[in-house]
Amino acid sequence: MRKRIGKICLGLAVLAGGLSAQVLINAAGATFPYPIYSKWFDEYHKLHSDIQINYQSIGSGGGIRQVTEGTVDFGATDGPMNDTQLQQFKAKRGCEVLHFPTVLGAAVAAYNVPGLNAELNFTPEALVGIFLGRITKWNDPELAKANPKAKLPGQTIVVVHRSEGSGTTYMWVDYLSKVSAEWKKRVGTGASVNWPVGLGGKGNEGVAGQIKQTPYSIGYIELIYAIQNKMAYGRIRNSAGEFIKPDLASVTAAAAGVKEMPDDFRVSITNSPGKTAYPISSFTWLLIPQKIPDPKRREAIKGFLRWMLSTGQGLAQALDYAPLPKLVVAKETAAIAKIQ
Amino acid sequence: MRPSPSWLSPKKRRQLLRSSNHSMFTPATRASRHDSSAPARSFVQRLRTGDEAAFLITLVCAASIVVITVLLVVELYSASAASRHRFGWSFLFSRTWDPVAGDFGALAFIYGTLVTSALALLLAVPLGVGAAIFLAELARRRVSDYLTFLIELLAAVPSVIYGLLAIFVLVPILRTIEPGLRAVLGFLPLFQGPFYGVSLFSAGVVLAIMIVPFIISISREVLLAVPLEQREGALALGATKWESTWQVVVPFARTGIIGSIFLALARALGETMAVTMVIGNQPAINTSLFAPGYSIAAVIANEFTEATGDLYISALIQLGLVLFALTMIINAAARLLILATEKKGARR
Repeated sequence: MRKRIGKICLGLAVLAGGLSAQVLINAAGATFPYPIYSKWFDEYHKLHSDIQINYQSIGSGGGIRQVTEGTVDFGATDGPMNDTQLQQFKAKRGCEVLHFPTVLGAAVAAYNVPGLNAELNFTPEALVGIFLGRITKWNDPELAKANPKAKLPGQTIVVVHRSEGSGTTYMWVDYLSKVSAEWKKRVGTGASVNWPVGLGGKGNEGVAGQIKQTPYSIGYIELIYAIQNKMAYGRIRNSAGEFIKPDLASVTAAAAGVKEMPDDFRVSITNSPGKTAYPISSFTWLLIPQKIPDPKRREAIKGFLRWMLSTGQGLAQALDYAPLPKLVVAKETAAIAKIQ
Repeated sequence: MRPSPSWLSPKKRRQLLRSSNHSMFTPATRASRHDSSAPARSFVQRLRTGDEAAFLITLVCAASIVVITVLLVVELYSASAASRHRFGWSFLFSRTWDPVAGDFGALAFIYGTLVTSALALLLAVPLGVGAAIFLAELARRRVSDYLTFLIELLAAVPSVIYGLLAIFVLVPILRTIEPGLRAVLGFLPLFQGPFYGVSLFSAGVVLAIMIVPFIISISREVLLAVPLEQREGALALGATKWESTWQVVVPFARTGIIGSIFLALARALGETMAVTMVIGNQPAINTSLFAPGYSIAAVIANEFTEATGDLYISALIQLGLVLFALTMIINAAARLLILATEKKGARR
């Protein structure tokens, strides 16, 4: 009996030793990249059984707050931290925070117009007009001009937007702010804004459900959600004057079209100048403190970043995420050395 | 008088206790004050008989409620400091909610919360009280038991399920009855303007469905607890079954029924998921019930996770404080109402 107890004790000790050798990393933040992140962390754990990354998709705001407070090892966000937030981070943690783009997302203009015979084209002016409440009918001249072949009904447009704060909203209004001075002045950019018109649906599913149920409605949803749920969505005219259908290639092209990638990667790629670029897309970022005192955690996080930028990028397309363009990958790989 | 020795029979002991200073009905605080004069054994003895222990345990339970409430208020109050200092009382009267410009006001949310809850009560109270009367007084016992079981099942359905049902089932149904409603009541400003499915009206209806089980379940219990003598008395005076129910049993149970209604109202005021899924989430004040709106609980749930910036978070927390105050005021009003009706009843 005593022997058996001894054996159990020994077993527990070995187990505890094994556990303590494991590096447990906590992360929290954006919900949009959650599917790919959980896939990545899972795959990485399979390769390195001693490293476990635990990610909670609590939203970008929560990710920024928690990494600033130091309650997680790194955060994740759909919109880059602004200067005030960077200062707060520095004041609290005594070091910089680094932004690492991981994949790309896009917002599409989904609509429900019964009896439509063609895919719709939207000019930036049309989108601004619709979301400011100035264009109220589907047969408005601004829409008719871009869709000469379509039979546009004279019905009132019902606008649908996200009700909760989200990265999708951020890129949508960021785009509208860039193409319209009026939008920038009246509404501005943020994860939640004061919408001039429209109904709020909760989540992609809420907006999509509302669009499906309401004839003559239009709203924006995340590209992945639109693809997976076979929604009808339009082409948008980019800054080169081309009407671009959103897909993974045109989203990656938007990131490649950025002429000068800043060293901190805090860049908005909406209204990207590339000829084949879809104009409403955005990076999503990991937020990593520049100084990680624990060498084990530091090496684990750096190792993960290197893997994410090489093998990890290959997993993105299977989950309908647009991978990073090569130039960005190279620049980021060089930036990993900044983490100390 | 010494506490009773344990060899006495329980009945005898109780008699002895009652006649003594240490009456069974004396609160423990008094007993402890007596500790200096009474022998120490007395307290131990009383602990053994259970009085003191029961008093202390239940006191701790009751005190924990006070502690939780106080902590909640303190936390809401202190965390909303930034917003309170910035906006002051105008927070309550401003209808702007602009996270980008950092300009926050609660009026549209207060309006949406009150309108949807009021509409829910308007629909749920007659339905709930009617059903409770049927189940308690008129239905056969077995039918009543089965139905009550179903109703209690309804009360346990998570609100997100109600929300999904509302989006995919209730809203399409409301779309079909909306033209009829407009034809009959369209002259009222309450039923004008375009209807997109999601609206204050839809939110009120789904809330009504959610709170009806509470009203039925509690009201039925209260009605069943009315003493049989009351009914027999009325019947003996020549009342019909319905007269005895409506004029004797229901007034007797009035306080409990009102209590059930206010419990239901509390749930309606604080309901989040189901409301946000069908209310339209537009911080606007529209007279029409067909127009979209927004409620306090819904905006907190929607915007808290992605809120960045101290003022923004602070404003959301202040909304929580407003909701808390609103609930308190309404509950206090309910107490006053109950007191008033009781006095009126006593005078009669």
